[in-house]
Amino acid sequence: MGTPSNVKLIDENGLRLDGRGDEELRPIKITTDILERADGSAFIEWGGNKILVAVYGPREAYPKHTQDIEKAVIKARYNMAAFSVDERKRPGPDRRSVEISKVISEALSAAVMIEQFPRTQIDVFIEVIQADAGTRIASLTAASVALANAGVPMRDLVVGCTAGKVEGRIVLDLSKEEDNFGSADLPMAVLSKTDEVVLIQMDGELTKEELYKGMDMILKATKRINEIQRKALSEKYTITQNEGGE
Amino acid sequence: MPKDATGVLSEIKKGFISKKLKEGLRGDGRRLDQYREIVIEPNYVPRAQGSALVKLGKTKVVVGVKIESGEPFPDTPNMGVMTTNVEMLPMAFPTFEPGPPNEESIEIARVVDRGIRESKMIDLEKLCIEPGKKVMIVFIDIDVIDYDGNLIDACTLGCLTALKNATYKITPEGDDIPLPVRTHPVSVTMVKIGEEILCDPDLEEEQMADARITVTMTEDGSIRAMQKGNVGSFKIEEIKKAVDISERVGNEIRKRVMG
Repeated sequence: MGTPSNVKLIDENGLRLDGRGDEELRPIKITTDILERADGSAFIEWGGNKILVAVYGPREAYPKHTQDIEKAVIKARYNMAAFSVDERKRPGPDRRSVEISKVISEALSAAVMIEQFPRTQIDVFIEVIQADAGTRIASLTAASVALANAGVPMRDLVVGCTAGKVEGRIVLDLSKEEDNFGSADLPMAVLSKTDEVVLIQMDGELTKEELYKGMDMILKATKRINEIQRKALSEKYTITQNEGGE
Repeated sequence: MPKDATGVLSEIKKGFISKKLKEGLRGDGRRLDQYREIVIEPNYVPRAQGSALVKLGKTKVVVGVKIESGEPFPDTPNMGVMTTNVEMLPMAFPTFEPGPPNEESIEIARVVDRGIRESKMIDLEKLCIEPGKKVMIVFIDIDVIDYDGNLIDACTLGCLTALKNATYKITPEGDDIPLPVRTHPVSVTMVKIGEEILCDPDLEEEQMADARITVTMTEDGSIRAMQKGNVGSFKIEEIKKAVDISERVGNEIRKRVMG
């Protein structure tokens, strides 16, 4: 990170590069049931992010030593397609995606009633088709929708957003440029009803006040994003005017 | 007879720790925000360019820093490079296995790396010898040799000492140049058990913890890196409390280890 002098991330009117205000989100769209084979699936478009999530399970955990006799094990696998970023990414897990898979698995475990399915695993396959900053949060937000779509019993949906610091200001939902050249990045996810934090990471430089402001902004935004999640889930059961009736 | 060979904590022990916590005390008698004894031996491996042995209670790690010349990354041609790797050696715990790093050691290495990197501890621009062609590469390698909880803080403390004392040579005949160090990051790792937030968890406390959080700060009071771990969750207020604890306790530790 670091700000090169030739990139101006906030203009004289206080608007960001893509014309957004400080607390404005990029467009978010979630659709469910987009894959045939998977027990549940979701597709999220968030800004330029395009991410597919498939859920399989609960099914017997394999290899056997990964079984937990008291609960299900959630195995999220976050993967970036080779063509998802500007420069081709070498396929396969790197250290970054291993870490992201771990924090996503842990965050989802707080929402799923894992105690109902001892000795099983629930696979959550995440494929980032196109990356545009904030992929871990977009993946997690879509993954909890995919789990609900699969009919996995859950206490709550996991919903998240990022905040960051750009030219001294705390802004919501960093774009790619802001992520690259901003001075801090704060992804956070909560359980939608209780606001309990199930994922938080931070890197960069923030004062305490800036951190709290970022957390507050994220919390407010999660209410809006949660609406989108719920709508995506209920849409499947809605009968539209044209289809209904005679 | 192996201790805790299964990595599973007995219900009796859990009950004991919970009962103690209700009295505001920990299994080993510590206060909630109290660290175990910290012993650091700088320059523990003279053959490395910087090193330290850290004992955090019974947890022991060896940090070795090697500094060699190499090529910069194409997008940062004027900057040196740092990498951090953590080896959880099979000697350190009955269930640690040899082989490539697992997700746990990758997470620890990345959290430690982020704390140092985002604190801008090493002035990487000063490690550029010839822009785009030759820079110094700082390899931080950490061996976990005995495991009793809180590896992140033990490793960060080891890096702090090892990097502060590290020197490098541009050519084999050249003079020793001290590694340019600007800040002193200290990470404070806490776990939540029931309603309590505990600093520097030992193995037993880690095993029964609902959630873990690490906050790394520098001496100017700014937050440089955070990471939540484990399955459980934190309330917003608890995260704010954790940041306050990190600032206070981190300052104490910095004073203690920097002398």
